[in-house]
Amino acid sequence: MNTKIAIIGGGPAGLAAAVSAFDAGVKDVVILERDDKLGGILNQCIHNGFGLHTFKEELTGPEYAERFIEKVRERNIECLLKTIVVDLSEAQGGGVTVTAMSAEKGMFEIQAEAVVLAMGCRERPRGALNTPGYRPAGIYSAGTAQRYVNIEGKMPGHEVVILGSGDIGLIMARRMTLEGAHVKAVAELMPYSGGLKRNIVQCLDDFGIPLKLSTTVTDIKGKDRVESVVLSKVDEKNNPIPGTEEEIPCDTLLLSCGLLPENELSSMLGVDLSPVTGGARVDESLETSISGVFACGNVLHVHDLVDYVSGEATEAGKHAAEYVLGKTPAGEEAAIALETGNGVRYTVPSFVRPGRLENFLTVRFRVGNVYKNPEICVYLGDKCLQRRKKQICAPGEMEQVMIKKSDIEAMAPGETIRIAIETE
Amino acid sequence: METKNLTCIGCPMGCALTVTYEPGNRDSVKVTGNTCKKGELYAIDEVTNPTRIVTGTIRVSNRKNLVAAVKTKDVIPKSKIFDVAHELMKISVEAPAKIGDVVVADICGTGSDLIITRNVE
Repeated sequence: MNTKIAIIGGGPAGLAAAVSAFDAGVKDVVILERDDKLGGILNQCIHNGFGLHTFKEELTGPEYAERFIEKVRERNIECLLKTIVVDLSEAQGGGVTVTAMSAEKGMFEIQAEAVVLAMGCRERPRGALNTPGYRPAGIYSAGTAQRYVNIEGKMPGHEVVILGSGDIGLIMARRMTLEGAHVKAVAELMPYSGGLKRNIVQCLDDFGIPLKLSTTVTDIKGKDRVESVVLSKVDEKNNPIPGTEEEIPCDTLLLSCGLLPENELSSMLGVDLSPVTGGARVDESLETSISGVFACGNVLHVHDLVDYVSGEATEAGKHAAEYVLGKTPAGEEAAIALETGNGVRYTVPSFVRPGRLENFLTVRFRVGNVYKNPEICVYLGDKCLQRRKKQICAPGEMEQVMIKKSDIEAMAPGETIRIAIETE
Repeated sequence: METKNLTCIGCPMGCALTVTYEPGNRDSVKVTGNTCKKGELYAIDEVTNPTRIVTGTIRVSNRKNLVAAVKTKDVIPKSKIFDVAHELMKISVEAPAKIGDVVVADICGTGSDLIITRNVE
């Protein structure tokens, strides 16, 4: 099988990328999705709050997904469901060989001229947390519990402690409560929550669920089933403080301790990955280190809002189409690197070819700490181009800056672009 | 006069708001701790007429291991959240059902319909 653009993953990123590539003039697009339906993780995110930016209304996850699934259907874009991609490799003579597998077709290959990586992310599992204690039943990642409750209608437990106050943990605290469970506490290692304020108020405060900051799980008791967990306060180096232990009887522990971009396939293909995001290093066109291979959505870097995923994927799809149609603007000059200054964990993109920009370069990034009254500063070489005051920057929220193409073109050779957080 | 402490949800600042008010009298509400107008408006709504959208799941009578996702079409009084949550445990829908289908009109006397939010095949 041959195709112009293969899109790996049928979640919000893959759907938006497919629609955008199609609308940019490439009709031969195929989406490969391992689940039996399109929509990805949105299918289990049945709470509201999606789409405020894109549709100016508050949708639930499945409703948001359906808007894009309809666009894919209207265009008759081919979708291979229950199909898992097992390998990506550069084909001799250009393009990418996609090796996929399904119960129906067995193992098969697709030759694609361009590929959009849209595989999303996975939850950090217990094994990656070094949590002591037995391995009894009753320990779930928050997203797994979310699938059980919201799709299969099964309750993972009744007396619940949640470790990690990211948005999924907060959302599940409310969800389990409404389904009749007793959520006893949400523990967070950091001195601040990584979740949205709105979720802290509407998922915890509304139901009187305590949020314990600078706290972690130091023991899990119970052999066959969780019987209790021990919470301890941590010091500024995140080490547990002896004497602060608090044992909480419970039958279930949910883990909401971060998301990791799922880049095994990207690695097989030899795509250059960022050690900070775990996603590909991309240029202004969201193209990876391998030409014709683009990345977008949570496989590139974990987003806070799905609206931004759709926006980024729309860009990636468009650039993939330009690549296939031979319309990629020249921009063969040396790429300019983007560097992270004080407080900035990473930037997307990692480098830019000014000749390929339309009018602006949009840089998305996250900060590493909570900053009150900071200035977001953009330096081109030694010169400070922009200073934007903000009331607050927090790790849970993606930030962005826009830089004019003409400013980047005026840079001297060898200079870099640096984004930094400055406080008084 | 009553006093309530709230966290503003307008932005990541999460200003700690202190609200004093006479119950039932919107004009009596006084807000401190906010750093912008959003905080004041949020606090006034929160102490006079707090509302939420409720989302959840209901059984699908002719399917196994599958529930239907639902929401209240409009915001409902915060005090009715558990009434709706308990009602969801009692009702079911028959597959197929489509996004937007009304399962219960005016659920729990909230004035809001309960609608399907995920297609059930």
